[in-house]
This record gives sequence, C-alpha cells and structure tokens, in this order.
Amino acid sequence: MSLYLLAILVAALSGVPGLVTQKSGAKEAAALMSTSALLGILASAWVLFGASESGNSILMLPATALISWGLVSFDPIAAFFLVPVLLLSATASIYGIGYWGDHQSGARQVRFFLGLLAAFLALLVGATHAFVFLLAWEGMALMAFVLVMTEDREPETRRAAWIYLVCTHTGTLLLIGAFAVMAGATGSFAFSELPQGFASSGRGTAMFVLFLVGFGFKAGVLPLHFWLPSAHAAAPSHVSSVMSGVLIKMGILGFVRLVSWVPDPPGWWGGTLVALGAISGIMGVALALGQHDLKRLLAYHSIENIGIILLGIGLGLIGKSTGQPALQVLGFAGALLHVLNHSLFKGLLFLAAGSVVHATGTRDLERMGGLGRLMPKTAAAFLVGAWAICGLPPLNGFVSEWLIYLAAFRGLALSRWGFPLITLGALAVIGALALACFAKAYGVVFQGQPRSDQAAQAAESPSTMLVPMGILALACAAIGLAPVLSAAPLDHVLSMLAGNGQHLPTLGSLAGLPWLSFLAIPLLLLGFILWKWAAPKPYAKEQPTWGCGYTAPNARMQYTASSFADGLVQGMSWVLWPKVLGGRVRGFFPFPRRFESHLLDPVLDRIADPGLRGTAFLLSGLRFLQAGHLSIYLAYVLLTLLMLLVWMVV
Amino acid sequence: MSEFPFVHSLQVLLHILTALLLSPLIPGLINKVKALMAGRVGPPVFQLYYDLAKLSQKQAVFSRTTTWIFLAGPVGTVAAGLVAAMLVPFGQDHAPMHFQGDVILFAYLFGLARFLTVLSALDTGSSFEGMGAAREVTFAALAEPALFLGFAALAKSTGSLSLSTMLAHTGPLFRFSGPLVLVLAGWAIVYMAENSRIPVDDPNTHLELTMIHEVMVLDHSGRPFALVLYGASLKLLVLGALLVGPILPRNAGPLLNWLEFYLALVFLAVVVGFAESVMARFRMTKVPQFLVAGVLATAFAFLLMLV
Repeated sequence: MSLYLLAILVAALSGVPGLVTQKSGAKEAAALMSTSALLGILASAWVLFGASESGNSILMLPATALISWGLVSFDPIAAFFLVPVLLLSATASIYGIGYWGDHQSGARQVRFFLGLLAAFLALLVGATHAFVFLLAWEGMALMAFVLVMTEDREPETRRAAWIYLVCTHTGTLLLIGAFAVMAGATGSFAFSELPQGFASSGRGTAMFVLFLVGFGFKAGVLPLHFWLPSAHAAAPSHVSSVMSGVLIKMGILGFVRLVSWVPDPPGWWGGTLVALGAISGIMGVALALGQHDLKRLLAYHSIENIGIILLGIGLGLIGKSTGQPALQVLGFAGALLHVLNHSLFKGLLFLAAGSVVHATGTRDLERMGGLGRLMPKTAAAFLVGAWAICGLPPLNGFVSEWLIYLAAFRGLALSRWGFPLITLGALAVIGALALACFAKAYGVVFQGQPRSDQAAQAAESPSTMLVPMGILALACAAIGLAPVLSAAPLDHVLSMLAGNGQHLPTLGSLAGLPWLSFLAIPLLLLGFILWKWAAPKPYAKEQPTWGCGYTAPNARMQYTASSFADGLVQGMSWVLWPKVLGGRVRGFFPFPRRFESHLLDPVLDRIADPGLRGTAFLLSGLRFLQAGHLSIYLAYVLLTLLMLLVWMVV
Repeated sequence: MSEFPFVHSLQVLLHILTALLLSPLIPGLINKVKALMAGRVGPPVFQLYYDLAKLSQKQAVFSRTTTWIFLAGPVGTVAAGLVAAMLVPFGQDHAPMHFQGDVILFAYLFGLARFLTVLSALDTGSSFEGMGAAREVTFAALAEPALFLGFAALAKSTGSLSLSTMLAHTGPLFRFSGPLVLVLAGWAIVYMAENSRIPVDDPNTHLELTMIHEVMVLDHSGRPFALVLYGASLKLLVLGALLVGPILPRNAGPLLNWLEFYLALVFLAVVVGFAESVMARFRMTKVPQFLVAGVLATAFAFLLMLV
C-alpha cells in the first residue's frame, strides 16, 4: 500500500527537476518515472500474485490513515489497473527524451504535466471514495487538457482540446449526479456494495444511465467518442500513447468498479453494454479504415478496442445477472486482459507512429511509404503492435479476444443466446476489418517506395525512443506466448466482481490457456525452419518490382491508402457517408482534375457540431442576462435563493 | 472412445503425413477434372509436386523495394496452415491437438496467413499487388462472419467449442439435416473465396486486373514461390477437411474412416473442378453479393437450430 503511495508521489514529482534546475530534466524525469513504475508494479505484483494483507503490511504508516478513512485502497482492481498506468507513463517519459527534446515548445511543462497526469491516474485506480475519485478524475482530465494543448499555436489543436474539455466536464457532471444517487442508496460517499434490489429500482436505473454516459464519455464509447480522434491526433505522440493506452481505460475502470458494487445487475445492463460494444467496435474500425491521418487512424482503433472490452464486460454482466459463473469469469477476464493488452499494443503503436511523424514531419499516410527500409526498428515495432491489435496468434491481442470468444460461444448455450451471438458476429467482423486496416497502415507507411521527399529522407529514431517500444513489444509477446501468467492475477480481480457470497471457478479451469503456448511452439519452430530453407542465398538477384510490362513505374503510381480501403468504405457507405469532392473526368482531352475523399466523423461533424451551433444561435437571445456586472450576478444568486426558499415552504 | 495407444499414435502419424505430403494432390485433381471436362488430356495429377521440386532448385529474384516481410508472407502462410492442420480432424475422431476453443485459433491462424500474405504483396509497392491485397481483405470481411456463424450453429448443436467434437460428433445436427446443409452451403462459398477459386477468383487468368490471390504473389519466385503454391494447396486440404468432416459417417474401424476421408476429398476436388468448368468468374462487384449469401445461409442455419 505504501509502495503504491510512494509510486504516486515519485510520479508526481518526476517533472519537477526540469522546472527548478538549469538542466533540461528529461533524463531525471524518465528516471523518476521508471522508479515509480518499478515501485508500483512491485506493489501490484505483491497484491495480484500473493495475499493482499501482506501487501498492506509493508510500511503502513501513511497508508493506514487513508485506508481507515476509506479514501483509497490498494485492492486487486487497483493493482491490476496500476500496471498499465505506470508502465505506459514510464515508457512515454523515456520516449520523451528523444521525441520531445528541449528544442520543442514547452518541453519542460510537458514533462511536469505528464508526471502529474500519471500521479492522478495512479490515484484514481485506488480511489474508494467518491470525492477522491472525482478529484483524481478532474485532475486527470485537466492535465490531459494541458498536454493536448501543447502545440496551441495550431488552430486544429485548440479546437481539439476545447472539444475534449467540454466532453470531459459534461461527463464529470453526470458522474457527480451518479455518485449522489449512489450515496442516497448506501448512505455514504465511500464505495461500498449497493443494497440488494437497488439496481432494478427506478433510482438504480437513473444511476446506471448516469454512470453509463459519464464513463462512456471518457472511454470513448460510440456515440460519445467524438472528442477522442482529434485530441489523440493533436497531442504529442508519447502523450497520445498514455491517453489512448490508459486514460480512456479509466472509463472502463469505472464500469468495473460499478460491477463490483452491484450484487444483482438487471439483465438489460449487460445487454446494453454488449450492444454499445458491438456498435463501437464495428463503427470504430470502419471509421478507422477511411482515415488518412496515421494518429487519427490509431485513435479510431481505440474506440474499436473499447468496444471489444465492453463486449466482454457485457457478457460478464449477463453471466452475473443470470447466474452463469462460466460466462461471468470468461467475459470479465477477457475484458480485463484486453484492457492491459490494448494499453500495451496501442501504446506501442502510438510510440511507433510518433517515431514516424518525428522522422517525416507529417501524419498524412499518403505522403509516407518505404519507411521499412529506412527505419527498420520502428517498422518492426509497429508490426508487432499491428499484429497484436488484429488479434492474431501468437501475440497478446489474440489471448484476450479468445477469452471473449469463449464467453460468447458458451453463452450460445443459454436461453439468452441473442447477445452472445451479437458478440460473436461483431468480433468476427471487427477482426477482419482490423486486419484490413492495419494491412493498409503498415503497407502504406512502411512498404513500397517513399511517396514524398520527407519520407525518402527519413532516418531511424534515437535509441531512447526505440527502447520503450522494445519494452512494450516484449510485454506483448510475453503475454501472448505465456498467457498462463495472467491467470492468477485475473482470478484475484475477478473475485472482487463476484456476487454476494458467490464463489467463482478459476480462469484456468475454464480456458485451456497452456494450449495457446503449446501451439505457439510449433508455429514459431515451423516459421524458423521454413525461413532458413527459403531465405535468399547470396546469389539471389535484386530486380525492380515487376511492372506488368510497363517500363517506367514511379512511386506515385503505387496503390494509395484511400484506394486500398475504398472497396470496404464504399461497401459501408450507407453508414459512413464518405465525402467525395471532384475527380470526375469528362471529354477526350481532359484538363487536370482534383480529387479528394474524406471520412467525416458521423457524430462530431454531422450531429454534435451543427446541433451545438444551432443551440448557440437559439440561446443567443438570452445573452442580455450576461451583463458582466458583479452586482447583477449577486442579484441572480439572491433571486435563486429566494425562489428555493419559497419552493421549500410551499 | 477408448483406443489402443498404438492405433492412436499411428493415426496421429498418418494425420501429420497427410497434412505434409498429400495436399499438392488436390490442385492436381482439380486441374485434371477441368482438363477432362474441356476435352484435354491436361497435366499429370502430380504436376504440383514436379513444380515444387523444380522451384526449390531455382534461384529467387527479389524486388529492390522489398524487406524481410516479403519472405515472411509465404513462410508464415505455410507455418500457420500446418499448425491449423493439426487442429482439424481428418479420418479420425479427434485431431492430434484438440481443446475447448481451438476453433477460434483455427480461424485466426488463417487470419494470420492472410495478414502476412497481404503485407508481403504490399511490400513490392506494385499497384497490381496492392489491388489484389485490397480485394483479399475486403472479401475476407464477408467470409469471416460466415465461417463464425457456421461455428456458432455447430457449437449450439454440440455444446462443444472444440473443432474435433464439432465436426466428428455433430449432435442433433445429423447428416443432411436442414441446418447442416445450410452451414455447409455457406462454408462452400467461404471455401471458394478463401481458396481463390471460380466463381470468386480465377487461378488461371493472366490478367492482373481481374485476379485476387495470383496477383498478390506476382513477384515471388524460387523457394518462396514454392511455399506460396504449397500453402495454397494446404489451404485446400485443411478447409476441405472442415467441409467434409460433418458429412462423413463415423465407423468403429479407423481404416474405413480414413478411406472415407480420402474419398470425400477426391469427391470435393471433383466437385470444385466441375464447378470451375461450368461457371464463369463473377464480376468483382458481384462477389460481395455471393459472399453475403454465405453469411445468410449460416445465419439461417443458426436460427433453425433454435427451433
């Protein structure tokens, strides 16, 4: 427990040396953040692999006070979520040494606020009181706002940051309401189990809807995702990796905490989450397919993966409400493991994308190409991330998706087979589309020939940027090759999600995790043998790519990202509504023509933006109320109080 | 079912040998049927073995734009195909490897093969190969749900998540019952699409603009190309075992079972050859409709399982 508090403190202070000394402080920040990660992960391992009491007994001094007040607790859920929080903060801050050096704007402040963001995130996972939770939640949101604003000279960045701020505050407002309803039921703002039957009551429904929207905003669940792509694209890449890897997972943490408080969730809660998960998953990846901006593409994939996590939580909830322990264990375990896995491979992908942006100076896919030869290590890191995010064996993404698949297949045997079937279909479609999208991303960025001069002059990033990617890639491989290691920690977390007095079966008894390791061996061995057999001997010739008889192909004639995704985007144009400008060629001797195609965000650009503009226009009639004199506002306060008094008396 | 360990290990050995050695026969059979239907003598049934032997002697030519991924495509396809072959039962009741949930691993191993093939096509930077790769991933997005809905119907019927049980003991889905016929019809469409056969793709055409699979491997040569050809034949065998598995009657004697399995594969090859002889390839815009029919067939199969 004290290790946990110490880790938070060290993380919070990591950016301070750069502020008070003449040195840049980048290395100090990285060192402090890594120390914090080591402390925190040690504490987590203590709780997740051993008994939680022994974890609490080391150096209890400052911790006991906080525990006895019920403010924070380092329980298995906190321990589980703390691992990605601190690991990604540490890799981001090591990466920051090379990526956001002192020539960049506000390098010192980025380091300082990144440290605070990590501390608030770490505090949030252990909060067991609504006030601490909301305090950490707001702290996290504001730090992230400041970090997104780093390049505030760009109008695009300012817009993204403001949209983010509005969304996160709307979410917080709803959460305050939700906690108030909850405190009404339990009699305290400290987190505790809700009374039996409350969840099915009218107030229980209100609480669920408030939590759903409040946490949904943070997690980026469709249709509340619209702040996410632009904010992730605008932030510096190492900040994006923390935001996408762990910040949006705090919405999931909220859902997990909610599950742990409710002994008897109604069946429709799980059904709602499955439906939202399927929509987020499929629409997230479909929107990602049409993106030209590498970081926006990755951001839409975060929405997709949040969808996959919700599918798992939804199935687990259905299991909990119908008394199906197998469904409960497999669904929750898949969702929790996917939280960890997604933060590993998405963090990795954002760092690799940052490395590409660093080298080429652009985020536009159509101006890249051929980077695999120029930056082989970055390319390998991106490939590992892409491999994992597509859920392909033998990496970690497969393991968690496999668990959710198992839950869905088991759910088919129940009388409520509808939601498991939706899960199954959604996962199959998501898997195929994600594969298409990452084949496009990797192919267009790293393969073929450079499509612009910047891409042709790209060079490999410094080792301070490559090492963090290597760490995350190794973590992806470790979980993928030895998924058994995750079983015991998951069982500890799952025990917190069980109902009253319910004893859950272990994950190991329901899923044959060792089989996955067992089959990875022949796969790798065969790959190695065949590689040795087919690898080019010294006499292999190098020739230009076969141009099908055309003798002078150039880099601009390569297949583009847009054309690669065109078939799928056109096939889904009835939901995606791609915006196409120009391109029609007429006559025998046509003049040069322009062609553009964009995929607008269906919620932000088509609903939220025009809707809010309309509201602002309508409300402009009320502007006279805002006269700007203090005395008038005091009069408003007085009037409100009077009205409340009258209302109370009558 | 209790078996003597000796018989069991013999069957595992037979399974491995079948997977390793027999797959190149299937394209040979298909081509022979097509030739006979067209009134030609056609290449010998063992032609692919000769081709593989010849290619493994040949020098490979690599494009200047390619990286190591170019080689990882063929290598990964064969490795994933061979591991997948260990998960599907051939002539015996249980595949050499079987566990709850192997059916998902089976499907994702083919996903892995597709991912690497597509990347190795994109590695050349050629528009033609990019086009083939784009078509491959587009059509897969429709083939995948059909495959999984078929698995869902079989899982609902057998209560098992293991491919061996699903295929060998189909439970209430007895042979030639309505839902099973629908599952197999849907899977037959997946089989055509995944193996790039007519009417989805034409393995013989030399027009790069109309091809899917062939155009993705245009730049491969020598040993890597041998792996590509072998991987394609392996896919015909493994997915073929998936298709014939539920129809085969399971007898007590292992010998009879294996015989039936081989006969069923020959029959499948003849059917594919026949279909390729009497049909033309669809226009690219028609292919998605064909694949959607597969999704619908398997979805109806699942709904019928509930009745």
